[in-house]
Amino acid sequence: MVRDVAFGQYFPGNSIIHRLDPRAKNLIFIAFVVIIFCAFNYVSLGITAAFTLLFLILSRIPAKFYFKSMKVILFIVLITSLFNIFYGTGDVIWQWWIFKVTWNGIHRAVFVTVRIICLILASSCLTFTTSPTELTNAIEWMMKPLSVIHFPVHEISMMMSLALRFIPTLMEETDKLIAAQKSRGADMESGNVFKRAKALIPILVPLFVSAFRRAYDIATAMECRCYRGGAGRTSMKTLSFSARDAAAFILTAITICGVILCNIFVTSVI
Amino acid sequence: MDFISIQNVFFSYADPSENPNAQNAVDGVSLDIKKGEFVAVIGHNGCGKSTLAKHLNAMLLPDSGKVYVDGDDTSDENNAYTIREKVGLVLQNPDNQLVASVVEEDVAFGPENLGVEPAEIRQRVDDALKAVGMYEYRLKAPHKLSGGQKQRVAIAGVLAIQPQCIALDEPTAMLDPSGRDEVMKTLIKLNREMGMTVVLITHYMEEAVKADRVVVMDSGKILTQGTPREVFSQVELLKKHRLDVPQASELAFRLRGSGVNIQSIPLTAEECAEMLGEVLV
Repeated sequence: MVRDVAFGQYFPGNSIIHRLDPRAKNLIFIAFVVIIFCAFNYVSLGITAAFTLLFLILSRIPAKFYFKSMKVILFIVLITSLFNIFYGTGDVIWQWWIFKVTWNGIHRAVFVTVRIICLILASSCLTFTTSPTELTNAIEWMMKPLSVIHFPVHEISMMMSLALRFIPTLMEETDKLIAAQKSRGADMESGNVFKRAKALIPILVPLFVSAFRRAYDIATAMECRCYRGGAGRTSMKTLSFSARDAAAFILTAITICGVILCNIFVTSVI
Repeated sequence: MDFISIQNVFFSYADPSENPNAQNAVDGVSLDIKKGEFVAVIGHNGCGKSTLAKHLNAMLLPDSGKVYVDGDDTSDENNAYTIREKVGLVLQNPDNQLVASVVEEDVAFGPENLGVEPAEIRQRVDDALKAVGMYEYRLKAPHKLSGGQKQRVAIAGVLAIQPQCIALDEPTAMLDPSGRDEVMKTLIKLNREMGMTVVLITHYMEEAVKADRVVVMDSGKILTQGTPREVFSQVELLKKHRLDVPQASELAFRLRGSGVNIQSIPLTAEECAEMLGEVLV
């Protein structure tokens, strides 16, 4: 059940997106986040959605994994879009007690929904196609300037890649713990939110204890394999920008220009 | 001096100033391991065998006594990483020693730490994965592998450092029988074909039988050592210290006890069948 969570996982493959330089993917992702929040009308929203879709298709990851990654945040999307419907200003088209629905509110709800979904899909696309090691190498590269002020860049990126590595392992462990507690009569499914949250304590306590024990083991294993921090370390996969990355950058630049032009020439709806 | 020389080592996890009567985990052990040898260290839980394993690559340092690896003293801090390059240690839990999310990246972790050139790392990773028969799985995620496969990846991770010796601390304790078999076959192959020195810490007697030399530990001391046949012939001594012997040896021992004339104690099921054949004829 918990294992269904696809978010943050890596699916090895050989698609164009897989072969993009992880730094390029990261930079494009950051640019994308900016674009998606700069889209103020349906044309530019459409452009960014199409841009997202293009990357998803090129990644050659089965659509079901993208759907799975969205399943987790469906609830958040629903809540935020509901709030937005009632927070609009302007002409009221429907009213009940303190709840007012306006066209502005409906537009806002649509935008929020599309934006969150695009964000999740794009970040899933990034993590699905980039191995955590590559991802952290890229982040390490991007944070490098910070090492001037003695920011522990390598340590942070190592921690991130270890965290990503152990997501599935800890998920499996959670499943086992839930099964173990259920078999002793723990009730996880009934009762109100507070009761259910309380029922999670007997899962979380052993999970944390074992996570600490694992951390100790991992530290030993890393030391056994001559780990001694970032100094003098090399990487099997060297990062290099290629024509493919240049093409991706140009595409991103075109999308940004498109969105900006649409913002200028098409009236914004929110 | 032999490749690894353990000289009268004492070690205790307790702080002697707080608890002077605490029992030593390793209590005066001396042991020499030659290059290319396959040594199995057996004993039940808490006998100090795992503690001893951690002394082989300077993860633990002796309270008194010395451990030399290829002539280098482990207690000299400057030697720690040279020693870890020479002696790779594989731990018990396969899940907790794989650090990357892709098999080949995990195997690359060791050489990356040593600052090896990228092309050379690639070569070492491929060689190491082929040596343990996991090359086809190089792009898989570790959590999708079986226990035996994970442990073989862990062995490959150590091999990529190109050590002269691998020490394994109960590598099969958390595996099912087929996983145990995979790991044992890999170790025997490494020892016989690549001349790798192997120190296997285990509590499975069936695994110890396959070694060149068996060292039996009990409460921090070496109880007895010798070839598997020499060791497992001492059924009474092992029994007295609540240690198992291979079923074949025990059967022969009991038959001998009830007056059957048996010359040499068998170690494996095949030898046992042969022996029974001779006796019955």
